[in-house]
Amino acid sequence: MNANPASRWGLRVLGLGYLTMLLLIPLVMIFYKTFEDGIGPPLDAITSPDGLHALKLTLLMVVIAVPLNTIFGVACALLLVRRKSKANPVIDAIINLPFAVSPVVIGLSLFLLYGTGGWFAFLGENGIEILFSVPGMVLASIFVSLPFVVRETVPVLQEIGTDQEMAASTLGANGWQTFWKITLPSIRWGVAYGIVLTTARVLGEFGAVTIVSGSISGQTQTLPLFVEKQYANFNSTGAYGASLVLALLALITLFAMNLLKRKEDA
Amino acid sequence: MGISVEGANKRFGDFQALDDVSIDVPDGSLTALLGPSGSGKSTLLRAIAGLEDLDSGQVTINGEDATGKPAQKRGVGFVFQHYAAFKHMTVYDNVAFGLKIRKWDKTKISARVHELLRLVQLDGLAGRFPSQLSGGQRQRMALARALAVEPQVLLLDEPFGALDAKVRKDLRTWLRNLHEEMHVTTIFVTHDQEEAMDVAGQLVVMNEGRVEQSGSADDLYDHPANEFVMSFVGEVNRLGDGFVRPHDMDVVLDPDERTEEAMVQRIVALGFEIRVEFVLADGSEVWAQLTRAELQKLELRQGQIVYLRPGTTKSFSGDSPPNGDGASTPRDSQGGDDAEVTAAA
Repeated sequence: MNANPASRWGLRVLGLGYLTMLLLIPLVMIFYKTFEDGIGPPLDAITSPDGLHALKLTLLMVVIAVPLNTIFGVACALLLVRRKSKANPVIDAIINLPFAVSPVVIGLSLFLLYGTGGWFAFLGENGIEILFSVPGMVLASIFVSLPFVVRETVPVLQEIGTDQEMAASTLGANGWQTFWKITLPSIRWGVAYGIVLTTARVLGEFGAVTIVSGSISGQTQTLPLFVEKQYANFNSTGAYGASLVLALLALITLFAMNLLKRKEDA
Repeated sequence: MGISVEGANKRFGDFQALDDVSIDVPDGSLTALLGPSGSGKSTLLRAIAGLEDLDSGQVTINGEDATGKPAQKRGVGFVFQHYAAFKHMTVYDNVAFGLKIRKWDKTKISARVHELLRLVQLDGLAGRFPSQLSGGQRQRMALARALAVEPQVLLLDEPFGALDAKVRKDLRTWLRNLHEEMHVTTIFVTHDQEEAMDVAGQLVVMNEGRVEQSGSADDLYDHPANEFVMSFVGEVNRLGDGFVRPHDMDVVLDPDERTEEAMVQRIVALGFEIRVEFVLADGSEVWAQLTRAELQKLELRQGQIVYLRPGTTKSFSGDSPPNGDGASTPRDSQGGDDAEVTAAA
């Protein structure tokens, strides 16, 4: 690439300017607004019983939804790449559904399925609460974050090919040993990136969870719902504080992956 | 004993990769599967290893039926064209892989791995990762890895195909010596006839999913079963219905009853060997391989009219009629003959 300096600089300024306007300024504004009146008010909002409960509930969603979607995602990617079948394009399209459908619609569909008159309404009638409780929120979180691990793992699996796996099998490894010792270590960064995206999505999920949870303070309110409630109640400092916590959680996830990767490369 | 394949068939969609293939590989031999790409040689090798399922046919390894067995139970060492190195493991861990799977104890593994690394001259590189090795080193590591588990047979799929010419030649010699030391039954796949003749004692020539001929290098060169084999194991000229090797053509300045008139079209010096291209009276093109001394004696120049006296000319019977590009089947060629007859009538 031997573009002239003027156009190269022009492109850089354009790219950075775009990112600054769209991402950086809004985030800095939140940071600034949060601590406008010192650290007290936002800290109070976050450490209130409802705030702490929301944080715990959000982390619970992550702890349940992320491992499940990781296992499903890797298994599904293996199926799509390693087992050629006529059903693959259909499975592939279905996996993309959560990307294509608005989260609110996903929430509504769960509501219809488990609510009064729905196919699975009998669960609620028999004391197994799905809607307005944690199980429904977990379902919604899993649904919206399902494609990430699959999407990140499929290209890596395609790229590594099957030579190493075949070599392992001629050396006496069975399918399970080959998966743990050869396939998984080879695709780990694809899977890790998928996990980071899944985590970020679950942390921030709003639309689907709002519908199925009912957003009851101290009971079925995750951090994003807490932020929205604080904001609606004109407690903007509380809303900013909780938003900051959310952003920090996402940053921690990213840094954790970077640290792991750096340790590995060293 | 050794390896035998009986009536192997394999089809990928419309493509018949193996068409009723049978081969016998004697115990302890070094055999080359030779053929152009798409001839089915790699598919056959993978079927022997259990990496490909046959549609029908039987694979026997050292007297034991291996047909339905998965790859991990066949006791074969397999070396891939692109090394198939375990990229996330060190050289040591690559070689130790099969032994760890077999749950050897650590001290025994360490002794065996270092013994093999010495054998493939990679001692001292045990801690490196494959990305830090050259192509030739990676392939030697892959070979050590395959040999570590003491396989009953060693299968190599175009093992030198991805290496440059100099490294190829070194590794060929090295593989031949290794085989002389170890005597493990070895099959290796190649599309390079020189490589096959250099390394292997026994050759199996394949084309379009079938075995064309098997035998020693001399057998194939001197007594090819058909035109495909003749043209694949060496250079060939077509003279009327017969075929003749370019080094088997005498160039003379005076005609007699066995010579054919030809015009010198081009003279190419390839070091010691000189390649002289001619046009015959009927417009067909042939070439002769001469030495520098012969050329100087004849004082050939472009455009000169000379006479060619072919030595041993071979013609092949109707079962395997000549097919110039080696791609058409005997039936196609007969169809062509029919067409000619019709046209003439």
